[in-house]
Formats: sequence, C-alpha cells, structure tokens
Amino acid sequence: MTKEVAGDRKVLGRFVVNEEQHQVAYAPHKTLLEVLREDLGLTGTKHGCELGECGACAVLVDGVPTLSCLTLGLEAEGRPVTTVEGLACDGRLHPVQAAFADLGGSQCGYCSPGVLVTAKAFLDSHPQPTREEIKEALAGNLCRCTGYMQILSAVERAAEELAQ
Amino acid sequence: MMRVPFFRYLAPTTVAEAATILRGEGAEARLFAGGTDLLPNMKRRQQTPKTLVALRGVEELRAVTQDGGLTLGAGLTLSQVAAEGRIPLQQRALIMAAGKVATPHIRNMGTLGGNLCLDTRCNYYNQNHDWREAIGFCKKAPEGEAIEEVTHGTCWVAPSSPRCWAVQSSDSAPALIALGAEVSLVSADGERRIPLHALYHDDGMAYLTKRPDELLTQVHLPQVDASWRSTYWKLRRRGSFDFPVVSVGAAVSLDEGGVVQAARVVVGAVTSYPVSIDTSALLGQTLSDEAIAAFADAAVKPARPLDNTDYHLSWRKRVVREYVAGALKELRGDSLEDLGLLARTAARILPLAACS
Amino acid sequence: MSEPTPNTGHETPVSTPADLNKPAFELIGHPRRRVDGRSKALGQTQFADDLSLPRMLYLRLLRSPYPHARIRSIDTTRAQAAPGVKLVLTGEDLPIPYGILPVSQDEHPLCPDVVRFVGDPVAGVVAASEEEAEAALPLIDVDYEILTTISTPEEALETPEPQIHRYAQEGNVHKLVALEFGDVPEALDGADQVFEDVFFYQGNTHLPMEEHASLANLDPDGKLVIWSSTQTPHYLHKALAKALEYPAHQIRVIACPNGGGFGGKSDPFNHEVVACKAALVLGRPVKVTLTRQEVFYCHRGRHPVLMRFRTGVKQDGSIVGMDLETVLDGGSYGSYGVASTFYTGALQTVTYEIPRYRFRAARCFTNKPPCGPKRGHGTVQPRFGQEIQLDKIAVALGKNPADLRLQQLVKDDSLTANYLTISKIGLEECIQKVVAGSGYRGRWGQLPEGRGVGLACSSYLCGAGLPIYWNKMPHSGVQLRIDRMGAVTAFCGATEIGQGSDDVLASCVAEVLGIDSHDVHVRTGATDITPIDLGSYSSRVTLMMGNAAIEAAERARLTIAAAVAEKLGVPKGRLAFAGRRVFDVADPEQGMDFREAVVLAEAAYGTLGSVGSYTPPRSPARFKGGGVGPSPTYSYSAAVVEVEVDPLTGWIHVPKIWIAHDIGRALNPTLVQGQVEGSVYMGLGEALMEEQTFRRLPPKRSHALVHKIPSLLEYKSPTALDMPEVVTYLVEDPDPRGPFGAKEVGQGPLLPIMPALANAVYDAVGVRVDETPISPEKILQALDQKAKGKPARYGPTSFPTVAWPEPFHVAPPWEGGDGRADDDPKAQRTQASEVRS
Repeated sequence: MTKEVAGDRKVLGRFVVNEEQHQVAYAPHKTLLEVLREDLGLTGTKHGCELGECGACAVLVDGVPTLSCLTLGLEAEGRPVTTVEGLACDGRLHPVQAAFADLGGSQCGYCSPGVLVTAKAFLDSHPQPTREEIKEALAGNLCRCTGYMQILSAVERAAEELAQ
Repeated sequence: MMRVPFFRYLAPTTVAEAATILRGEGAEARLFAGGTDLLPNMKRRQQTPKTLVALRGVEELRAVTQDGGLTLGAGLTLSQVAAEGRIPLQQRALIMAAGKVATPHIRNMGTLGGNLCLDTRCNYYNQNHDWREAIGFCKKAPEGEAIEEVTHGTCWVAPSSPRCWAVQSSDSAPALIALGAEVSLVSADGERRIPLHALYHDDGMAYLTKRPDELLTQVHLPQVDASWRSTYWKLRRRGSFDFPVVSVGAAVSLDEGGVVQAARVVVGAVTSYPVSIDTSALLGQTLSDEAIAAFADAAVKPARPLDNTDYHLSWRKRVVREYVAGALKELRGDSLEDLGLLARTAARILPLAACS
Repeated sequence: MSEPTPNTGHETPVSTPADLNKPAFELIGHPRRRVDGRSKALGQTQFADDLSLPRMLYLRLLRSPYPHARIRSIDTTRAQAAPGVKLVLTGEDLPIPYGILPVSQDEHPLCPDVVRFVGDPVAGVVAASEEEAEAALPLIDVDYEILTTISTPEEALETPEPQIHRYAQEGNVHKLVALEFGDVPEALDGADQVFEDVFFYQGNTHLPMEEHASLANLDPDGKLVIWSSTQTPHYLHKALAKALEYPAHQIRVIACPNGGGFGGKSDPFNHEVVACKAALVLGRPVKVTLTRQEVFYCHRGRHPVLMRFRTGVKQDGSIVGMDLETVLDGGSYGSYGVASTFYTGALQTVTYEIPRYRFRAARCFTNKPPCGPKRGHGTVQPRFGQEIQLDKIAVALGKNPADLRLQQLVKDDSLTANYLTISKIGLEECIQKVVAGSGYRGRWGQLPEGRGVGLACSSYLCGAGLPIYWNKMPHSGVQLRIDRMGAVTAFCGATEIGQGSDDVLASCVAEVLGIDSHDVHVRTGATDITPIDLGSYSSRVTLMMGNAAIEAAERARLTIAAAVAEKLGVPKGRLAFAGRRVFDVADPEQGMDFREAVVLAEAAYGTLGSVGSYTPPRSPARFKGGGVGPSPTYSYSAAVVEVEVDPLTGWIHVPKIWIAHDIGRALNPTLVQGQVEGSVYMGLGEALMEEQTFRRLPPKRSHALVHKIPSLLEYKSPTALDMPEVVTYLVEDPDPRGPFGAKEVGQGPLLPIMPALANAVYDAVGVRVDETPISPEKILQALDQKAKGKPARYGPTSFPTVAWPEPFHVAPPWEGGDGRADDDPKAQRTQASEVRS
C-alpha cells in the first residue's frame, strides 16, 4: 500500500532516538537534522552545510552512520536513531568520548558529534582497526581544527579500552 | 539552514505501485531513493518537484540474484554493493567504483540506481538559487527571473553553444559499462532491458534515455570467465567527498598469451555521458607499452573536459591519457606499486569497502 | 587584598616551580584533558545556533545579486505583507557605519546606497519561522543601477573611477604603505648578488565548521543582549553601541564557544547588528544563522597577495638588504585590511638578520567579499615568498638551505631593522630538530626523481603590541572569586574558539593555587561579567590572558598565604600551594586543605577576590606604521615537508611532515600539539588545494562576478585521507615574557608549510611553483616549460606599476636610529659606528 503525506501541514511522527520514544508533530519536508534539533531539542547534532558535504550532522540510523541533513524525517520514523547525546551511559563517557576529551580529539568541538557517532559505529564493527581503516571510516567527517591526528589517536585509544 | 521545499510524499511498496504512480504523476514527480543527490538539489532549488516517489519501502529493489550473471537491485546502497561478496573478482571495477563514491556516509545512503541516474553536474549549476540569479541562471536551470535579460538561458561553460555541457559524474556508470552491464527499466507499460551505455545521452540536460515514467530497477552483470579482469580509476582532488573529474572503467579479456580477446574502456566525467572508447585496435594485440600508448593517445580525443568542474580542463585532458594507459597496464598485470604514485591514488582500494 | 601594582607588562612575577615553592609544576607541561573536553565530547557545548528562547523570531538577509551597483530604491511592501513576517529592515533603518578598525568605518549593517559585492546585504526580514523569512526575501523589490565591476587589483589600479569607497587613499587603492629602514638601494648595489622574484599567494578562507549564528534579545530589564559566534566580543560590543546608537553599558555581548574561528569571526558582522536592531525594534528574541554560502560571503580571509622580493646577498649568502613590494586584493571593505597591509611587510626581519629593509604595499578595493585576518594574518604570504627565495639563493650559491638559514639567525634580546624587539628565539633548535628528524641533510638533493624534501621557517606574534583602537588600558583582565566552599571562579573576556583558552585560564590559576584545572569554574567571553580581553586574535590570548591570570592568582595566593601563615605560625614564604593543600615546605605535614585555607582567609580579610591584568611592553618603534608588528615576543617554527610528484601529470602527494615549534613552554602539551597539527593541516590545505576564487563572466555579456565555489564540496578542505604523517617537536626554552614562559602556537606553525612544500617540489622534480595553491596542473605546466628548455617555473612573471609614495625613512638601530622617522622633529641620531660593528 502506498503511503501518502501531503506537504503542507504537520504530521505526527514517532521517533526512536537514543532508545527513547518520541512523538512529535513536525513539518514533513523537514530532514532528520531539523527534527532532532528543532522539534526534539537535541542540538548535539550539528550542521555545517546541510548538503552532505561535511559530515557534521552524522547520526546513526539503524546503527549505520547516516547524514541527518539528507535524511527525511519521514524516512527516519520508527527506526533506531543514535545521536551524540546517546553515547554516554548514566553520566559515564563512552570510551571514545573519554579518549577524545583526554587526547585532544575535540578542539572547537563542532565536528565532534558527527565524528563520535561515526567512530562509535565503526568500533562496534571493527574492534581492532588499523589507522588506515580509521581514516577511511572518518573520511566523511571534515574537521578544520585538529588535522585529524589526535582524532585518530583517540579512536585508537578507544579501541584499546573497548578491547579490555 | 538550507531546507527542502514543500513536496508531497508517496511511498509505494512495490515496483508496480511505483510505476503506476509515475504514470499518473507525470513530470511533476521525482523518484527518491537515497536522497543524497536529489535533496541537495532541492535545497538549492535546482529542482523543486511537487511529488517525491520514495523507493525505500520497495523491498524487491534490494534483491541480489545469481542467474548465470548477477542481478543487483537498484535500491542496494553503494556500501552494500561495495561489500557484495557475490560480485566476482573479474568484475571488481564495480566494487572499486561503488567504494569510492563520496564518503562512507553517502555510500550508506545513496543507492546503485541513484548513482547511475545521478544528475549531471556543473559548477555553474550546483549552486544556490541566489548565486544562479547572480549569473543570470543557465540553460540547465533557467527558472527564475534573469537579472540581466541578455544572459538568460546561456550555457556559461560554452556561451556560444546551443547545448548544456553539465558533466556526467557517476562513478558506477563507467565501471558498469566497462563490465558490459545491462539495466532494467520498468514502467506501467512493462519492462525493457537495455545495455547500460544506452541509458545515457550526450546532453547535460536530457542526460538519460530513461523516460520520466520509468524506474531503473535492476543492474545485470554478465557472466564472465576467468579470462576477464577489470578496474576503475578515479581522479578527484581529495581522498573522499569529491565527484570524479576524470574516471576510467576498463575491462579486458586476455588469453593465456596475454592477447586481448575483448576489451571495454569507458571514460567518465569528461563530458555529459560516459564515453566508450573504441577498443578494436587492441583486439588481437598483447597489451604492450606501445599498444597501450597508441590506444591512450586515441582515447583522449573524445574526452571533452570543460571549465565546469574542479581542476583545469587541459590538465584533465592530459590525465585522461595517463589514466587510460595506467588502467590498461594494471589490467595486464603491472602492480600499482610499480605503476607509481598516480596509480596508487587512482586505483586505491579503500580498506573498508563497507562502513557500517 | 594586596595593593594593586602598576602593570609594567614585563616579566611575570611567577614563572618557575621554585617561585611557587614546588619541586615541579603539577599541571603546566603535563598532557591532560582540557577543562572543556568533557562537554565537547558529550556534544553539549552550546554554540550560538544551539540556543533558543521563547517567542524567538528568525532573521534572514537579502543579499545583492550584483557585484557593484547603486540602489535606486527598495520597496518592501510585498515582503511586509508576507505570511509570518514581523519586520523588514533596510539601510535607512541603520544609517551609521561601523568597522573593526577606527580608520575603516566603511561597513553598513544593510547597504544604504551602494552594493559592493555579490552577497552584500541590502535588507533583513524577520519572521516567525526561518522558512517564512526566507520566503519573503524575493518579495523585496530592489531597483539597482549597475556600476562597473572591478574584479582584480590590476583593474583597481587602472580604474580610479568609479571608486568602490570614496575614502580610499587614491582611486581604488585603499591604502599605500612605504617604509625604509636604512638605504636599501645602496645595500643592493653593494651586494654580491641580487635575487629578484615575484610570487603570488592566492586568497583562501577560514572555513570554520560552524556557520556563523547569533541570537539577540532585549532583556526583560531593557538591556540588549547578543549571543554570537564571535572571536571578539569586546569589539562587537563597541560596534553595536556605535551602529545602534545604544548606550554601551546597556549592551551585553556573550561570545559563545566558536565552532572554529581562525580569524573569520573577528569582525563585527552585518547579521549581528541587524539581529540586534530587530530585537530592539520588536522587543523579542531574534536569531540568525548563516548558510554556508553566506559564510563565504562574510569571508575576511587571506588576502590574495602579489609580491616582489629583491634581496641582496653576499657570496656566503648573508643578506645585506631586502626590498619587498606587495599588492593586496582587499575585496570590498576595509575590515582589518590596513593592518593586513602592514603585516605583509612586518615580520620579514624577525627570523634572519636583515640589516636594511624597504617595504612598500598597496591594498586595492575590488568587488568581492572583504578579505581580513586569517591564521597568520598578512604574514603568511610574504613568508611564502621569502622562504622560497632563500631556497633559490641556497641553490644558486651551492649551499645547503638549512645552513644558509642557520648562519644568519636573529639573536636573543635584539632589535630588528624595523624596531621589533626579539626576546628569545628558538629557531636554531627548531631547524636542527626537523633537519635531524627528517634526515634532511642526507636527503635534500639526493632523493630519486619524483621525491623531494623542502625546508622552511617562520615566526609569528604572541599578541599584537597595540590594541585595535588606541588606549592605555590593559589588553587582558582576569578576575577571580574564591569562596568558603573552596570554589575558584576565573572570569575573563577571552573567547574559546577551540584553541583551548579556557584551559589556559583554568590551568594558570590552578597551578598558582595548587588546585586542579578542573576545580576551576571558568566564565569567559561575556562582557557583562568578565573583565575585558580584546579577543581571540593575533595569538594573544595565552600570553596576555595567561599573564593576567597568573597575576590575579598570585595576588589571591598571597592573601590566602597570609592567613595560613598566621595560623600555622610559619613565614609566608615557606608556604606551598600544591595537591589542593597549603602547607609548610619545611614540614609538609603542617598544612591544610585548600578549602580550609580559603575559609581562614575569608574570615581574616572578608570576601575574597582578586584581579590581574596585562599590558604589552611599549615598542621602541616611533614611526608611523610602527604599531603593526611589535609583540611581547615571537614564536618560531621550522618544517620539513616531503613530497612525491608524478612527473607525467604533476600529481603530488605529501607522505610526511616534520615540524618543530618554539613554544617557550607548553602549558598543556596535548593542546599545543593539537594546535601544531591543526596549523600543519590548514597550511597543507592552503599549499595544495584551498583557494577563494571568483568567476568574472565575459564582460560583454554580463557584469557578474561571483564566488566560484562557495560550498564545502568545492572549496577543498583536506580530509582524514589527505593528511600525512606529522612528526611534531616542541622546543621549550621559557620566555620571560610569557606565562610560565609560554609563547603562542595557534598560528605560527601554519606558516612554514606552504614554502617548505614548494621547496620540496623543486627538490623532487626541479621546478618552482611560485604561487599557491601548488596544484598538479601548475607543476605540470612548469615541467612542460622545463622540457622545452624554458625557465622551469610556474608563477607570476610581472608586478604591476604602483605609484609608490616616498617612504618614511627610519635609520636601523645599528645605523644610529632611535625608532623615529628621519622627518620626525624628535628624531635623534647617534653615530652608526658606536652602535654596531
């Protein structure tokens, strides 16, 4: 059966973000980025271009690194979404977050949310990564501050932590 | 924040439903799969379709079937294609091409069909509405009131030319054409299957032969024997994000003596369609340095890079020759290490074909 | 608290562990988590666009589609009637100009009469949603009269009319500078060889990941407040007060943490002023967030600079004189441009001894987004030329480029020809480190065809010696409050733009007080609660705020120590503050927790607070233009870049970079290393691929002049896959002028990368690319030239004719000068022979 949504009025959507259910009325032309930031108040997810050219808006959808700026809210309903707000658990930083904080992975911190969720998903599937693999996994996240070096070191540190 | 304009959203669950919708909606509707090409274009108001026909819910578009050759659903993501273990080594050009599209995130979203139907690109065109207003718009995107009447509807790349010169920038197209792939197009009238090269027109605006009421459903890879090998070389400034500004998909069948039995060489991103190079001069030859050099020299002719992508056009033309020659040398068995820096960059296989 | 002492701006009172009765620093010099590290890793740092307020409205700006036009009329009737629209503002509503420099008050919040580039704002629409504001923009009818497009400095020099700005010095030449330190023609005449080279450094932009955003509001108590992504809240404060005619003390500016700045958020911007105006008119919160394209229009990035160097050397390679001319493409407004212009000639003298030096510069107006300060402000371009020319000199004289540099380094505690005061120079060790680490001596000139190594050096300011507007007040102030809970809060107007200034503040205070940096509450960048700091520019924050923080903390420490000393019955001088305790160094068991110590002090002296401030030392330069270049001290860097070049196509790859940076002392080595690597990254982008370029459509068909590639896809910022291996060496020789001996690191390490890469290309394939970016097509063109037997070079071949004014003549220190120009009636001359051999 074809689902149809008209464009001119808000729709009621059910989103599953960081394992919490949200019901929210949102404009159907909105991207997941806009729904997260503007309708759910989850401003941890950033935007740098809104055109898929920087990776700042990356989140996990179905566990997969995805650009929220190019994902329609309509197509994210009901699917598990993980944002940077969902990485820490009970106030404890995820190992990749702790490594970022300790090793200089964040300077201005603006690209960090997108990098962190991407790195988290990557480490879930690649527990013993090489540096080249980390670079490739993060090749869709621009960072203007760090030159990536301390980001790569932080991901390596996190992999070591997670292995223990 | 750049935002998507209003649209009506239709989400069929079968190809048949989708085809029926397309028939009814006409040119006002656009197929919507990964969204990585269409949504940026909509945000920039290059395209403002009234209706999006979303294909995410059409499960059959993600099927992979072995039928002698291999049939790939057009709805597979590029990550899925790059990680598809049933693609034989002889057809690795497809894995290389899919694995080099844009970024891991884009590959997780964008689909094979979407990449084949990628809108042609031009840096007079892939701009915001107000930027395009400032140049008086162009042939490919003439909508809007021109600010200076005289400039309206000009192709700024070649102002005296009657046509649009936007560039076909798909990675998977040159690779798949080199592999001899075919595609299935389905409309409410039924299905037709055409060689992939026939999907493309040499025109920046009407760049596909696919009718608006058709959807590309499947890609068919032919069955190949062990004599085949293939590769894909991509030129871009950075290691990720960038569209190709020259690409070469190449496949050859060599007999035990290294004599070419069949060959297909396709140059991408140098004009509005993927250019298949006449390979008849290679047939019956071994891939000697001389044969490759002569072939590469000839391959440059149909490449018509213009000043509407990254890099200087004359340099891109020079690279076409080196890429064609390098790809053939790789196929005759030279190692990338021996082929040098250019080859290592152009044909690099990324360690994570699929990042998920 | 202790009596305030006059701030001399010289050596800091506390700089070594011994000064603090400690065997070693507890924080300083130790790699550690920055104070804001957790918040950033959680994604909880609040950037300006993350803020929202009830009843918030949204602003969008209508921008000019023409590069140069007169506004005949604007009709906003249709826009005002559009759905959701609350307010439409035009130039008439905001008639007062502003600008970052007092000499260039040439910007209007909304253009009242003339638009000067595609993207210049002409109207603002405030609506209930961003979509509604955006939708109303095309409903504003603007009638334009098109004016001549001026697209390049060459056109500007040849086209005095129409003037882009009436106040320009001549025609479309915004500013002309000419300074001469000693008789340079004479020096060049006497040289064994004179090398003349022309270089071009292409413009590029900061590209912070965060798009600029601001939220303005009229507080319930009637005060205007703006949260903004700005590096300079104090200067924004001044501009708002002026442009809005609103009492300065009724405005508060809060600099949110910047999602990257690099100099690009250092000017007051149109959108900030317009958002504030709208908030004042409507009495409601108004937010504006720029698109990426608009960020390119804000620009203020690296000036494109054409340079001609004429350098005279002796046969052994020592420089006898340098004559430098620069032409800057300033774009459409002044911005920091006058300072940028001076900076293209300011720092040539601080690395190698240059006995005589002449510098002439012209900044032109063109119809493009305004250029301004980007990381390395104005000094990057001439450093590129200077370091390549030195490489050419070394090759011509048959010397190793490292030796050519090492033989003529500037000395500690010296003055340069243009009266810059050198405190400590660690450049020799920097060169030795990268030369040894890279194997430069054994590899330069020895690697197989297609591989090469290149060396270059540089220097940068540790804060501008003068503020942007002239005054005698401190450049940075720090205030501490300490209470009976043991809580220490540090207040400073400095702005966290990612560089780690909050961590510097906390750790300077914590080290002196013997607590942990994470114990300190940091409140920065809010003009209502924090003492003024001039902003995050010119690499000034670590040195200036750090010194102010140490002073404030030292004063607090003395107060607390007095109370503790009395309680313990030991002399104050025997107390140490360490490990969150205050104790007798002679008997460490004798002591108490920091909190108990604070309680004693609060009981004895009342509420505890202290202040510190910093004013740079006065420069000996007394000539006009001598205000640009002086700094308390200078950082130094040296880099070796290795390249591989494909001789068939010119394709270039950088596998590895070695960089050494003279940091004085690394306050937090993790952050220092991050700044070095980030500078290398940005330098590599500028060297290889980044450029802010424009399209001029055929003039017969169109007036259009547009930014060629205003997007993150086509403006090429290197990715993780493009970053080479980087080996970093920190050279630490504490500078008495820096906090705990520290120098800057945010900008300096960028500078050597581009020339080192150019020199490496020469080493690899024997061709010179004398302009940036050093792209494969340029290398290939130079290789083609070489194959044809022509000069193996790509780059500019001529320098435009500029009607230079007669320079101000200033005798160098060793020729009897006193820092004044010859025509200054106060000038005093001594005999040259008395001063220097």
